[in-house]
Amino acid sequence: MANTITKPTRTARDLSISIDQGKVQRDLAVRRAGKIGIIVEPIFAYFFLWAPILLLVIFSFNDSRSVATWRGFTTQWYSNIFNDVLGNEARFSTGLMIGALGNSIVVALAATVIATTLGTMVSLSLVRGNYPGKSIIDGLLFLPVVIPEITQAVSLLLFFSTIFQFLDSSFGIRATPGFGTIIIGHVVFNVSYVAIVVRSRLADMNPRLEEAARDLGANEWRTFWRVTFPLILPGVISGALLAFTLSLDDFVITFFNSGPGTTTLPVFVYGLLKLSVTPEINAISTLILVLSTVLIGVSLLLQGRSGAPS
Amino acid sequence: MAFSLDIQSSGGFKTRERRRGFLLAVPALIWLAFFFIAPLLIVVVVSVLTRGSRGAILLPLTLEHYQRILSPVFLPVFGDSLWISFLTTVFCLLLGYPLAFFISTRRSKRMQSFALFLVILPFWTNFLVRTYAWRVLLGSEGTINVTLMNLGVIAQPLELLNTDFAVLIGLVYGFLPFMVLPIYSSVERFEFRLVEAAHDLGANDIRAFLRVVVPLTLPGVIAGCILVFIPAIGSFITPDLLGGTSGIMIGNLIQGQFKGSGNWPLGSAASVVMMGIVMMGLLLYVWMGRRAAR
Repeated sequence: MANTITKPTRTARDLSISIDQGKVQRDLAVRRAGKIGIIVEPIFAYFFLWAPILLLVIFSFNDSRSVATWRGFTTQWYSNIFNDVLGNEARFSTGLMIGALGNSIVVALAATVIATTLGTMVSLSLVRGNYPGKSIIDGLLFLPVVIPEITQAVSLLLFFSTIFQFLDSSFGIRATPGFGTIIIGHVVFNVSYVAIVVRSRLADMNPRLEEAARDLGANEWRTFWRVTFPLILPGVISGALLAFTLSLDDFVITFFNSGPGTTTLPVFVYGLLKLSVTPEINAISTLILVLSTVLIGVSLLLQGRSGAPS
Repeated sequence: MAFSLDIQSSGGFKTRERRRGFLLAVPALIWLAFFFIAPLLIVVVVSVLTRGSRGAILLPLTLEHYQRILSPVFLPVFGDSLWISFLTTVFCLLLGYPLAFFISTRRSKRMQSFALFLVILPFWTNFLVRTYAWRVLLGSEGTINVTLMNLGVIAQPLELLNTDFAVLIGLVYGFLPFMVLPIYSSVERFEFRLVEAAHDLGANDIRAFLRVVVPLTLPGVIAGCILVFIPAIGSFITPDLLGGTSGIMIGNLIQGQFKGSGNWPLGSAASVVMMGIVMMGLLLYVWMGRRAAR
């Protein structure tokens, strides 16, 4: 009797121990692999994200045309691009590049002013207003952010050419694509981005402050300029800076809707980037990287500073 | 009497004011109606019109452009684009998921925001320049080839640039932050004590991960996948700068029809199909969001 009981128990125990050990070993191995993986993989990911940009910047200062071996520091490529030299490519002029930068700034300023005004107004309307159909406006504002840029670009091209043809045949007015068409296109996507930024700022703001102003006898207009606007100003400014940066960086919409003489910097640079790799192009690229990083830095600083009060 | 009137009028005043708030949305709505919606509608109309001599666009209505898209000449472009966008999404997920985990498990809040900042900063810089950086790396005299040859690993430069592979790398590089951000926000909200509970109930790490961590971070994963897939399918700069003639995607097909030789109705039809794909992705996203909210 005792014999029959002990025997199966022992085998069961032996069996369970042997299974446990294998399982524990495997589980520990998995845990160790996981612990290593969670450190190694992000290092690889960060390397992947940063290496191309850093290499581009480093080799723009390399005293050799090579982008693989370091031969010493030079700023020759930077002085080259300001002296009409661009490696083996003949058709390059510093004047054209500066002109394109000027065009970019004109376009970005105009698009920013219009988009910031419209975007702030629509945010106020959506956050403070109460009327049917708000979700439709919401969806409409979201669309320019998600519809592919190439689609927006060609649709605007078609739209403008239809309008221009109509103007020409009906009124004899000759219109061509240029600053106007580029700015209109930029405002479309910028309105959405400004609205996103300003809305989040408005949503954080206490509506009681406005009510208090009204109770103290201020009218809507006065309340807006004395209470609402100063409080959302940091949001409006960072929305405007975002719009300015996006407009300055935009290539696709500009590429399809610019006319002769209104080439912007990204369109100009695109022509160069398609050519062979030269240290001068690396230098131009570095300058553009610095420009957009500075703009983003200022925008973040403003947002960070505005985050504390209110 | 006067008192109650006052209250009533003030209440009515506020409601009227809130309704009038609609007026503030009007300028932006007009702008978007004219310069966003109307152009998209024109694309749809042009896509069913006939192409006349010298590129003129005429009646009668036709579906020939859609038929051409389904022909063996153009259909592979759509197939390839979908495939490359799918691969882009998969690789972004494989790279982004552990990265999002790493970021949200940093001890201090400062460290977290710094780790996140390191992901976002490259993403804010000029897209053209970031894509060009890969031309520097992948070219036949580029960093990778020359370094490998100097080390004696290869004798001939590898053909890396102007391939589908280059386009894939460029797209993963360009859109990785779109994957990391939504996953980060769902991992950040994740209660790690649930993993301990799963361990106490006898689950090992793999089981706890698959049964607890994955389901609870799934909304972020889905959002990330759609946010990567949509711009990838619409990409134009990346295949143009890195793909050469081999890595043609829908965006390049559309560009080819609108610049140069130009069959505008055909390009419009391609745009409509692309918008259709994007819209399906968005609807899927909204639908999944609703289901997750339930």
